[in-house]
Amino acid sequence: MKNKRNLLAGPYLVWSVAFIIIPLIMVFYYGFIDRDGAFTLENIMAIASPEHSKALWISIRLSLISTVICFLLAYPLAMILANMSVNQNQFIVLVFILPMWMNFLLRTLAWQTLLEKNGVINSVLKFLSLPTINIINTEAAIILGMVYNFLPFMVLPIYNSLARMDHDVINAARDLGANNVQTFLRIIFPLSIPGVVSGVTMVFVPALTTFVISAILGGSKILLIGNVIEQEFTQASNWNLGSGLSIVLMIFIIISMVISSILDKDGEGNML
Amino acid sequence: MSNKLINLSGINKSFDGTMVLDDLNLYIRENEFLTLLGPSGCGKTTTLRIIGGFETPDSGQVFFNGEDITNVPPNKRQLNTVFQKYALFTHMNIAENIAFGLKIKNKSKSYIDDKIKYALKLVNLDGYEKRMPHQLSGGQQQRIAIARAIVNEPKVLLLDEPLGALDLKLRQDMQYELIRLKNELGITFIYVTHDQEEALTMSDTIVVMNQGYIQQIGTPEMIYNEPENAFVADFIGESNIIDATMIKDELVSFLGCKWACVDKGFGNNKPVDVVIRPEDIVLKESGQGTLDGEVTHVIFKGVHYEMEVMAGGYEWLVHSTSMFPVGTKVSISVDPFNIQIMNKPESEDEEATRIEE
Repeated sequence: MKNKRNLLAGPYLVWSVAFIIIPLIMVFYYGFIDRDGAFTLENIMAIASPEHSKALWISIRLSLISTVICFLLAYPLAMILANMSVNQNQFIVLVFILPMWMNFLLRTLAWQTLLEKNGVINSVLKFLSLPTINIINTEAAIILGMVYNFLPFMVLPIYNSLARMDHDVINAARDLGANNVQTFLRIIFPLSIPGVVSGVTMVFVPALTTFVISAILGGSKILLIGNVIEQEFTQASNWNLGSGLSIVLMIFIIISMVISSILDKDGEGNML
Repeated sequence: MSNKLINLSGINKSFDGTMVLDDLNLYIRENEFLTLLGPSGCGKTTTLRIIGGFETPDSGQVFFNGEDITNVPPNKRQLNTVFQKYALFTHMNIAENIAFGLKIKNKSKSYIDDKIKYALKLVNLDGYEKRMPHQLSGGQQQRIAIARAIVNEPKVLLLDEPLGALDLKLRQDMQYELIRLKNELGITFIYVTHDQEEALTMSDTIVVMNQGYIQQIGTPEMIYNEPENAFVADFIGESNIIDATMIKDELVSFLGCKWACVDKGFGNNKPVDVVIRPEDIVLKESGQGTLDGEVTHVIFKGVHYEMEVMAGGYEWLVHSTSMFPVGTKVSISVDPFNIQIMNKPESEDEEATRIEE
């Protein structure tokens, strides 16, 4: 019986071997050889070159800023949603999820159209004789794109952890003399940390690896590590260097995963 | 015992248009163990939450020591609550849980440490300081919740069905623990439960509630022996409730017989309810009692036999230590002081309680 049920996992197993395991092995294979097929660490060490380490540093910095902004926007919203009844908050959740039904690329292209020098926003501002904004092809535009695209991934896990909190625990804190601020700092926030950690991971990791947002909203003027890797594969056709840099990026992702799994001991936040 | 510590005056509360409490008036004396008893939805928990400050009444006032605290938030009230599902802080260990209220009040570390030790000793859990709540059993968690509340030296401890989630044996042990705690601490307990046995065991005063109204207030003995209406008689213990007519003082007629009783002042030829507890019925040989009948069921209950006797067109519930086999012709006899006369529900309030049955 048990074996039969295991067979049901077969299609997925085939899938994951073909499209996850084998590509991963290939990335590692290419990452550790040079163009002639000899073993080398050069592709890995290439991260130390000024242009690569700069791209990695910008990626980390922009992802961190985006993650912090997402957190600051998401936490109050999640609290408001959690304090509403399910009937009340359904509409707001819907409004929130609605853009997610649209293709990621389309959403980002829409922002490009909005932000362009002669784009929608500036046309309106000009029409109203207001000063125009000029943030397309800057770091600010990339951060905006990251925040816009990844915000729901921060809201939902935090909302989950807040909504599942036993209301009597909060009442107990009030009952024991804590005012609203003390209750939040000592009880509500610490109990929501699994959700926060999960949200941070789900924003930080895709933001760190994105190349689409920076390509569209950064106008290929600002290179993130994702763009560098993409160019090595598609333009320079240097699969070895692209693989080597990918491995380095994977190490950073694994580090952030380890940190989050330490903070989220119960795995509570991963219930999205 | 005479000082009125808490006074609820004209409390009304409804949720989404459903009336939960209707003009509730109640006072609680100092050092009293008062139990709010009733079926679910009777308004007992809402009453407790209004006293604790977690709900605000739609109208009416709550007085504490003569002071109006209706709009005072929970953190400014001199009382503490033990919640139904313990509500321990799962991210803190036991010592931190107990210390929570004291740290908020900026007590010194040595004071807090002494208090933690004292409280854990009081609830028989010495040495549990470093454990986490999830490592404890339900009964232990409940005792921690009590310890966390009492270290703040509240004037009043509110307990919301604190033993509801525990198994029978643990519940009985905890009942004794609570009585001991109450006596050692000398503070007022307000206890909410739907378990009539729990209420009878622990309380000084029982408030029986139904449908948002107080049905009767009294000592456990009064509530059990002299229920004021059919709801109370039915809810507390088992009983035979029979339609009757009060012929005159100390004489009542039901099921075609006249019975001597000890109640007066109901008027002449007035319809009343009569309640007779199963253990107060004496079964005699046929023809020797007031009403003849026949045993229809017998169940052995351990301490006594539970029998059903068909007599006068009514199925009587009888508890007795001597057994009469099914089919035995018997005669029912009741001592006059064991016949409890109750007014028929007249007012709208009481009517509402009957419809629900």
